Amino acid sequence: MAKHEYAFYPGCSSQKGASASNYLTSVESMCKTLDVKLTEIPDWNCCGASIGYAEAGELPRHVLNARNFALSEQHLPGQEIVATCAACWLGARETRERLTHSDTLMADTREALKEAGLTINEMPNVRHMVEVLIEDLGFEEMAKHVVRPLEGVKIAGYVGCQTNRPFGVAGESFENPVYLDKMVEMVGAESIPEYEQKVTCCGGALAFSEPEKAQAQIKDIVESAYDHGADMIVTPCPLCQANVEIYQGQINKRYGTKFDIPVMYYSQLMVVAYGGSAKDAALNGQVIKARRLEEIAAKPVKR
Amino acid sequence: MADIKVAAYICKGCGLGERLDTDALVKTAQKDGKVPLAKSHEFLCNADGVAMIKNDIANEGVTHIMIGACSRRAKTEAFHFPEHAVARANLREGVVWIRPDTEEARETTQEMAEDYIRMGCAEVKAMTAPAGNLNTGGSKTLLVVGGGVTGMTTAIEASKTGYPVVLVEKSGALGGWAGKLYKRTPVHEPYKSPADTGVADLVSQVQADSNIKVYLNATIAKTDGAPGRFVVDVATESGATHTEDIGAIVQATGFTLYDMNKLPELGGGKSPNVVDQAGLEALAAAAAEGDGVIRRPSDGQPVKSVVFVQCAGQRDTTGQHLSYCSGFCCNASIKQAMYFKDTNPAVDTTIIYTDLRTPGNGEDFYRSAQEKGVIFTKGKVAEVLPTGNTSTVKFNDLILGDTDAAMVDVDLVVLATGQVANSGINIDALAATAEEEGAVEVKPISILNLTYRQGKDVPQLKQGFTDSHFICFPYETRRTGIYTAGPVRRPMDIAQAREDATGAALKAIQALENAELGRAAHPRSGDLSFPKVRLEGCTQCKRCTVECPFGAIDEDEKRFPVFNESRCRRCGTCMGACPVRVISFENYSVNTVGAQIKAVDIPDEFSEKPRILILACENDAYPALDMAGMNRIEYSAYVRTIPVRCLGSVNTIWITDALNAGYDGVMLMGCKSGDEYQCHFVKGSELGRTRLSKIDDTLKTLNLESERVRDLEVAITDIERLPEMINKYAAELVAVGPSPFKGF
Amino acid sequence: MSANTAVAEKYRNNFLKEIEEQVEMGDWVKMCMQCGVCSGSCPTNFQSAWEHPPQELFMMIRAGKREEVLTSSSMWNCTSCYNCIVRCPRKLPITHIMHGIAEYAHRLGMAPKMQPTRFFSGLFWKNCTHTGRVNELKLSMGLYFKDGFVQGIKNGMAMQSVALGLVKAKRLNVMELFGGHKCKDQKGVHAMLKKAYEIERSRKTAKMAG
Repeated sequence: MAKHEYAFYPGCSSQKGASASNYLTSVESMCKTLDVKLTEIPDWNCCGASIGYAEAGELPRHVLNARNFALSEQHLPGQEIVATCAACWLGARETRERLTHSDTLMADTREALKEAGLTINEMPNVRHMVEVLIEDLGFEEMAKHVVRPLEGVKIAGYVGCQTNRPFGVAGESFENPVYLDKMVEMVGAESIPEYEQKVTCCGGALAFSEPEKAQAQIKDIVESAYDHGADMIVTPCPLCQANVEIYQGQINKRYGTKFDIPVMYYSQLMVVAYGGSAKDAALNGQVIKARRLEEIAAKPVKR
Repeated sequence: MADIKVAAYICKGCGLGERLDTDALVKTAQKDGKVPLAKSHEFLCNADGVAMIKNDIANEGVTHIMIGACSRRAKTEAFHFPEHAVARANLREGVVWIRPDTEEARETTQEMAEDYIRMGCAEVKAMTAPAGNLNTGGSKTLLVVGGGVTGMTTAIEASKTGYPVVLVEKSGALGGWAGKLYKRTPVHEPYKSPADTGVADLVSQVQADSNIKVYLNATIAKTDGAPGRFVVDVATESGATHTEDIGAIVQATGFTLYDMNKLPELGGGKSPNVVDQAGLEALAAAAAEGDGVIRRPSDGQPVKSVVFVQCAGQRDTTGQHLSYCSGFCCNASIKQAMYFKDTNPAVDTTIIYTDLRTPGNGEDFYRSAQEKGVIFTKGKVAEVLPTGNTSTVKFNDLILGDTDAAMVDVDLVVLATGQVANSGINIDALAATAEEEGAVEVKPISILNLTYRQGKDVPQLKQGFTDSHFICFPYETRRTGIYTAGPVRRPMDIAQAREDATGAALKAIQALENAELGRAAHPRSGDLSFPKVRLEGCTQCKRCTVECPFGAIDEDEKRFPVFNESRCRRCGTCMGACPVRVISFENYSVNTVGAQIKAVDIPDEFSEKPRILILACENDAYPALDMAGMNRIEYSAYVRTIPVRCLGSVNTIWITDALNAGYDGVMLMGCKSGDEYQCHFVKGSELGRTRLSKIDDTLKTLNLESERVRDLEVAITDIERLPEMINKYAAELVAVGPSPFKGF
Repeated sequence: MSANTAVAEKYRNNFLKEIEEQVEMGDWVKMCMQCGVCSGSCPTNFQSAWEHPPQELFMMIRAGKREEVLTSSSMWNCTSCYNCIVRCPRKLPITHIMHGIAEYAHRLGMAPKMQPTRFFSGLFWKNCTHTGRVNELKLSMGLYFKDGFVQGIKNGMAMQSVALGLVKAKRLNVMELFGGHKCKDQKGVHAMLKKAYEIERSRKTAKMAG
């Protein structure tokens, strides 16, 4: 039996051929090393994300998340739900808080769930993968598996919004969370604690609907990483990753910049540091290639 | 004068023995100080050292004691010889702690110590032990003027402490403003709703207390005397006058709401539907008697919409209205808005404010009002236009940037007009207008009718609130034994007024007890000295009677000063003011300081050792210098410091004497003066500075540079700044060159 | 509307009540103390200034400016970064209130028609609830073609390099256009959501009736 087991809520962007499929690949490799077993919630659905607000309404939004709770309870009783996506985690966790605090909302939710033949008896805990790593495993345990430290790589820890606010990781400040910096240090790379854009918004869904507004923010985020001499940026959020990575070309056109900085998931760094191959870490999934990591991943591991 | 025998004692403890040649100091005392008995001791403040001194008093007939040890602010209990004149030479904080422990510094450090020994010996010889004031009274009764919450609380607190109280109230009932309130701002958890005023309970406590004598419909016709022996005439409605012997007085005469008729642009006085906060309380109280519905005064229809206008006639920058914030009115309007919301949530209640000020738990009260649906709009009301039974409120919406915002069909407008102190006659303004003839304004009626030479009431600040040392002695007025509490002192609410009342009651009790023993009140608490005047030398110039910050000195028919010792705070301002130097204290006089100045050994002009005299206020500057010593901050060895009771006590003769004697410069260190004064004697430092501003003339006659006298404003916190200023001044004087008076 | 009735409408708290009853978290609006920390914390208010930042919207609601609030494009500038929520000293759930007002304006048909984020928001919800999971390709295509076919092709061309990069990295699958990911129990998802809408509507109507 694995050391830790969870009901897994990968979310839409992590699916095959979707924008964060590389995230999923690297999380799977990372969990293998750490002996964490993730069992996908059967037939899970979208969380609705915050951007669905124009039509979501309150109850439909919560019912959507409650369906996942019900499925988890039914198929994976007693397991906590773990999400890798910031929006999935936030949406599910918000539903959990609201239903816990309102009997009416809970009753209405149960009534709607009935239509899908489902019910909720107990509220599950909803965790982000980062919480699992920090709280259930701890930095010491994570560090034990490092066999190929990412020496000489300088990485800006970009936490972004939704893994940080309004809930955040316990013990971290909203204005200056430090866990990503600690993770960077843990894999043997150099962190940039003074990186001032670490909690700046990437623009979220506005990157699609109003690109000029979002790209103004992304420019700040990338520029500051360059100013601090970063080789790459690391983030725990799929939308942050996508927005900060894939629009660099457009920003270069718009602002005359020469941005070309890789944006990684923490899980990718860990997989390489844990001795995984470029494929295990899904480095091929980068639009802006992470050459430094590819080089390190090509080196033999001293075990 | 009886025979005196002076003894000098040099301490070797606290490192003095290692750093100084104490044998030489003993010799200095004998030779230069001309002291018949001089000794050193390993540890003077210990039991053995003190026993040695006591033994010399008993067996050697020592009457005057000079202690060369630590600062006069230290070891006061060990060196407490109340029957004898005592001087202290500050060798520790004033010498070894501010000098480097190096071979080069040894000579100048020793010179400094020797000078302080010379000064101490000279000073003590010019002193006598204070014999105390015999002209005291022993009345233990407290007079409380004003029967509002503050007055009643003062009376109850004093009575509970065991002191009888006479309470005088000008109206026919106890309760004051608070008695007219429907409810008050809450002071207990959960701070969510208006609370009972508690006035009825206070009234019944006062009425049930046989120790409290209440005069209703009464005023103070005359207040004569001094603390411990005030004689007060209480005039009652019937015309009869009752005379009471009083120990101390608490004036709790409260406030009047700023007159809304002065605010016609806000509808004040233009419609019965525009009221001040008192008007709204009356409407709410009337409603509570009936069906609970607050009605529009013009036609008796239920109020469906009400607007509260904050800062009406307050925080005014045009100079027409009150310039200050009264502090209580935001909470009061929130409370009044709840009168409506608590009975009918459908009533539109809007509070228009520029800054909502609800300190402390007022923040919970504010939140509660928001929960109840009171609308808070940030804006500045420009105009209230009453038409028929409603009004239009025009305002500048500060959030939406709408300068023409308006609310129409408002049934009731409430103006938060703020507090004006009922502090009686402004005696300073009277003095000012008396000088410019003509312009006669209608003066308020005196409250205390003091028979004091300086005027009938206690002095006021420029806004009409009574003057007090705001930081250190908030309740004390500038009339010893007379305290003010409540909104007459500063704007405040009920909770603050009750706290004030308790504090003032205790301070008043302290004052009457001190008065009986002939002791000073703060800041020289316990001091038995008091000014003595040599009338045969007096020129009846009236400076002392005019300048005394505490109105302690009256005048007799021949315009000679009459000192009222119990009213005196012992600051010495009279002594500093006296041009013929006939005023002195037994232990502090023109001579005690003058003798010290002359005792300093002035090196000749070729020695390159300047001498700087520092006259330092004992309340702030001297402690700051001591603390510099405690922190081992070094400063020049060329200064010789003499503590003074107040800058106001500095007589210009000291400065002339010092410059004549060959000192190169004089530094005067006193507290901040002016509107934001820090002087413990309120006006002392200001009066001192006015006097010293004329020193330039003296310098000119002596043909000296103006740099030779330096006036410094000093706070007790200037521990690091003072040594810097001293060193800077010493360097400046080197540039100016030595005084031409050396060696004469 | 005459100027007089406009003034008469102004500064009555009816609209506040409407917001309290019809908008998610709307009952918090009255608790705002107008400090402006939300406006100073909003990233898009920094980049290109909202017409009415949250603090101002709250004041407008209290002032009864119904039309101006509901037709405003301001709240559609929200990126859901939640900075205002964590910084609000009065703990108002500002992000949710912004979403709530936007949703209400959309529901009433008063929201600005061509506001791109409004359009995208609706598109996203339809996209994800249609199969139970998001189809990223259709979502992007839908957005590009919001202003018609020709504009859609142009938009698509503009985004071509971005899309190509993703396709190369196997993070965008062109086959998604024909089917793609979905929930097995699509029917159940639809039925459940239909019910949820019904319940929510009836609750709001009941509130309106008092």
